[in-house]
Amino acid sequence: MPEERNYALASIFGAGIENMLHHTPHALRLRMQVEKTGPGFAVVHLPFAAELVGDPGRGVVFGGVITTLLDQTAGLAVACAMKELRPIATVDLRVDYLRAAEPGKDLYAHVECTKLTRAVAFVRGSAWEGSEEDPFATCLGTFMIGANPVVRTGLKKLAEAEAEAERDRAREVES
Amino acid sequence: MKELLDAIPYARFLGVELERGEAGLELRLPFRDDIIGNANLPAIHGGVLGAFLELTALLRLIDESGNAKVPKPINFGVDYLRSAGPKDCRARAEIFKLGRRIANVRVVVWQDDATRPVAAGYGKFLL
Repeated sequence: MPEERNYALASIFGAGIENMLHHTPHALRLRMQVEKTGPGFAVVHLPFAAELVGDPGRGVVFGGVITTLLDQTAGLAVACAMKELRPIATVDLRVDYLRAAEPGKDLYAHVECTKLTRAVAFVRGSAWEGSEEDPFATCLGTFMIGANPVVRTGLKKLAEAEAEAERDRAREVES
Repeated sequence: MKELLDAIPYARFLGVELERGEAGLELRLPFRDDIIGNANLPAIHGGVLGAFLELTALLRLIDESGNAKVPKPINFGVDYLRSAGPKDCRARAEIFKLGRRIANVRVVVWQDDATRPVAAGYGKFLL
């Protein structure tokens, strides 16, 4: 896929890198990990934790935590759709709770950026614990582009460092 | 209500507190560093605001219906209006319709000024 080179974060597409969410303290606190990224999409993993439970009777994670996972994944998906990294902010996010999640299981979310315009990005995604084909929640949302003056410098630096390392590796192969 | 809030592990995790003022039931979310989403601004994570809104809606519903059965969320949407700075948040919910099976709830969250909400939520719950 040579056209992947056009994306700002192309150098870190593929399996998640350890510190991809280091610029987001709350994602770190919840021990979220990036599973996979690619052109306009992201998959993020949220390990189960007893402190995130909403219904102690059933041991199921609170619905709002699923919103957090989907919001985080959606933001990353939008960044992965950009040719040039620009600051983003969530405008709205709506989550449909299709069924209760299985108690005690790790959760996953996959969000696609379905359209990126100059001012707005549209996202659609789902969350599951067993198989992606059987999600317990789906979401629909929009993001504003260039909403605030602050770029996610962490991701940008990571992508630049990885691109530099790739160039070094290519030079080594040539010599 | 306080016992109910204390029984929810995630509410304890967020450190949410219950306040019953003249305007009715209010929830307070104390600020802490690990609820930050964007460290550069800094701003509270949108997901935490969404979860706080949903929790407020749920507690208001339980308070209103007097029903021991915990309502199940069908869907929940959040409009983000302003970035939420490193300060405490407060939220209040309004029940638009308490039907036999479904309740429609709207919630707002603000920081210093209740007339300048940082986010608004709308949810439907199965009773």
